[in-house]
Amino acid sequence: MAFLKNYINDVIGALRSSLKGMRLTGYYALHHKREKITQQYPDNRNELVLPERFRGEVIMTHDEHNEHACTGCTACELACPNGTIKIITKFEVSPDGKKKKALDTFVYHLELCTMCNLCIEACPTNAIKMAQTFEHSVFDRNKLTKVLNKPGSKIRAGVE
Amino acid sequence: MWSLENISHSIDNWLYNTFDPTVAMLVEFLVVAFCVIGLFAMLGLVLIMMERKVSAWMQVRLGPNRVGPGGMFQTVADTLKLIVKEGMTPLNVDKFLFNLAPFIVMIVSMVVMAPLMFAKGIQIWDINIGILFITAVSSVSVIGILMAGWASNNKYSLLGAMRSGAQIVSYELSAGLSVLSIVVLTGSLRISDIVNSQSNGWWIFKGHIPAVVAFVIFIIAVTAETNRAPFDLAEAESELTAGFHTEYSGMKFALFFLAEYVNVFIVCAIGATLFLGGWMPLHIGNWTAFNHIMDYVPTFLWFFGKTFFLIFVIMWFRWTFPRLRIDQLLNLEWKYLLPISMLNLLFVTVITILKWHF
Repeated sequence: MAFLKNYINDVIGALRSSLKGMRLTGYYALHHKREKITQQYPDNRNELVLPERFRGEVIMTHDEHNEHACTGCTACELACPNGTIKIITKFEVSPDGKKKKALDTFVYHLELCTMCNLCIEACPTNAIKMAQTFEHSVFDRNKLTKVLNKPGSKIRAGVE
Repeated sequence: MWSLENISHSIDNWLYNTFDPTVAMLVEFLVVAFCVIGLFAMLGLVLIMMERKVSAWMQVRLGPNRVGPGGMFQTVADTLKLIVKEGMTPLNVDKFLFNLAPFIVMIVSMVVMAPLMFAKGIQIWDINIGILFITAVSSVSVIGILMAGWASNNKYSLLGAMRSGAQIVSYELSAGLSVLSIVVLTGSLRISDIVNSQSNGWWIFKGHIPAVVAFVIFIIAVTAETNRAPFDLAEAESELTAGFHTEYSGMKFALFFLAEYVNVFIVCAIGATLFLGGWMPLHIGNWTAFNHIMDYVPTFLWFFGKTFFLIFVIMWFRWTFPRLRIDQLLNLEWKYLLPISMLNLLFVTVITILKWHF
């Protein structure tokens, strides 16, 4: 008898869960105009809406004084799985005479990057982030090797 | 009053009055063949378009929207592409069987169309074993599929064909039993009798719960029989690349593709004929005014409306449920659908003997 009860429960449960799934897809089919998520890209290039977490390329944020937050710790370089980032450091002499390691050049190879986000997670000072730009095609491969710190920029005071 | 029946009858009379009977019959054969091929082409275009749009809507996408207004001519463009493609035969295949298989699958779907009743009086061949003919002939298509899989000399194709064979053979049982329950209620295998018996209400309403159960089982079983998701193990893109038609290209591939969609149309037409009254308009009890208005809708619109509703339901299945594993598939058939449909057939028989149906 218990077998029969389980059997009937199975059938009813299967029907109920199937109808539940079909109700959701049926709702989408009826409301496809309102719910649609497709971006018709080249046509709506000006009003394109990208999701918040979209990953286009790695950039370094600079504030209005042309200062960044990168200490040159190379955590991102170590985190990168395929050698996209190369950090060249230098020694700066602070006003009180101490020598301190600092960022010289942040080299970023866009052509190698897989947008895995590991460098951003590794960065202890939130100096780099993912930008939403994505139209990266160029005719010359060398243009894909980028220097992320702007010329003349220096580390923001107080960032260790 | 204007109707398709009158047109076909006047053409028939004119042919038989003008030529001698043999010539007239041959001309009618040609006309019917032309109509069936035309219907095939139209169904291929319309159903593939419908499938792509329905899938897009259910997945919150847009679907084809570039060729023509709203993407309406996308399938026409695809067909043109397939026609001009090279019909390649790979080197190590069994050439005869490889080239024969798509045509067998295609011809089976054409032959099954013979006893279908598309509108009042529009039927190619009114045989007294119509529904038996359909169930018998439609199972021949598995031979075409097995032939394609075997001749391709490819392990994926063979696996897909074998799965398809196992699937069609097992699901035909429950589809046949649910068809049988309507045959028991009607007392006839002739399609026109089945449709006429529903003039005072469709079987799904008249047959109480057993008819509804039979309808649900029929829809599930024919979804499996036509090798569509969630029962598309025979094709299973992610496991077998494309199953039995992996090695096909160009127009031969298109024939398989077309046959799949036409089979969907045919099984839905059978479902509409058996359970939803075929071309019979919707009549509710004694509402004379309502019934009268319903009679003004042309009968072929009723038939195609019901059929396309069922096609939509089957597409709805496809874009909702994930693919079953082979053991789940056989479990569903042998442990659930078959015992339930056998029991259901018993109930239907009791209802018919005691005359409990309306």
